Amino acid sequence: MRYTKLGFILFLFPLLISGNKVIVVNFEQLQSYAMHKTNDTLYVMNFWATWCDPCVKELPAFQAEYKKYANRKVKFIFVSMNSVRELTKVQNFTDNQKLGGQLLLLNGGNPNDWIDKVDSSWSGSIPATIMYKSGKKVYFREGEFTSESLEKIIQSKK
Amino acid sequence: MKKLAILSAAFIALCSFVSTGYNVGDKAMDFKLKNVDGKMISMSDYPNAKGFIVVFTCNHCPFAKAYENRIIALNNMYAPKGYYVIAINPNDPTQVDEDSYANMQVRAKAKNYAFPYVIDETQEVAHAFGAAHTPHVFVLQKSGKDYIVKYIGAIDDNSDSETAVKQKYVEDAVNNLLAGKLVNPASTKAIGCGIKWKS
Repeated sequence: MRYTKLGFILFLFPLLISGNKVIVVNFEQLQSYAMHKTNDTLYVMNFWATWCDPCVKELPAFQAEYKKYANRKVKFIFVSMNSVRELTKVQNFTDNQKLGGQLLLLNGGNPNDWIDKVDSSWSGSIPATIMYKSGKKVYFREGEFTSESLEKIIQSKK
Repeated sequence: MKKLAILSAAFIALCSFVSTGYNVGDKAMDFKLKNVDGKMISMSDYPNAKGFIVVFTCNHCPFAKAYENRIIALNNMYAPKGYYVIAINPNDPTQVDEDSYANMQVRAKAKNYAFPYVIDETQEVAHAFGAAHTPHVFVLQKSGKDYIVKYIGAIDDNSDSETAVKQKYVEDAVNNLLAGKLVNPASTKAIGCGIKWKS
């Protein structure tokens, strides 16, 4: 009996310590996570990569907001720009960081085909953050946030 | 009438203030930047050039690394035809040590760069061009004493895998210029590492 219990705990253990699963999507699938949502939730979509220092630097600010707005009408989507070959690396990173929210890795083919569809002012540099509400784009920024500047924008857009 | 003149002058001043670099068709200014061998490099140093492939790139960025061999290949292919690669590192090395002048020298030597790899210490050239990330390419065509911007954007459509490339944007652009044809597409976008601007 004791062993069964121990086995059960050991079975659950990896589930408890690991974070959310990173899902590989194409651009059409990505759009269904936020751009095509017509409810009144604010969707905050952050484009990042493990190799991008300013992206990694601003992730804690996003995590703080994610925790603050849990169970409220603000959802966070983190879109990794890493190569699909680095999926394990990305998963390990997000597990170590205990990154919450919806985790995606965009395997989008030619970026020239979709960068303008995200925002025509986007040069392609990351980090970049876009916010949608009721199926409409309400905010776009190329560049990093501080905790204060991110909170201010979410407060004004939610 | 005077009011209108002041107003339009103010408008023009405002436009130049918000201008974010070159568009296709603009004249690019020449520059004078320090190469890894210590010599200063300008486009006017190449009297026989038909044009230039100006690549804003750096040491540390994974995309720049992924494209390094392709940049070398572009110079090998087009320098004999009159289009010379000039690689410019615009990053503030105090933010990324890997992009320091000393590390640029190491990189250029390790890979035997046959083209200049210059440092844009003041970042004025990157600002003037409107470079946003690395790698970011500007193909310029020499026309008299002017350098006309003919293409802005990515080297090709696949940073991840050279063998999976379908569209070689820069090659197509230079081939079209050499053949006297229009460049199409004249601009593209790609994901890249944002330039580390000095604060």
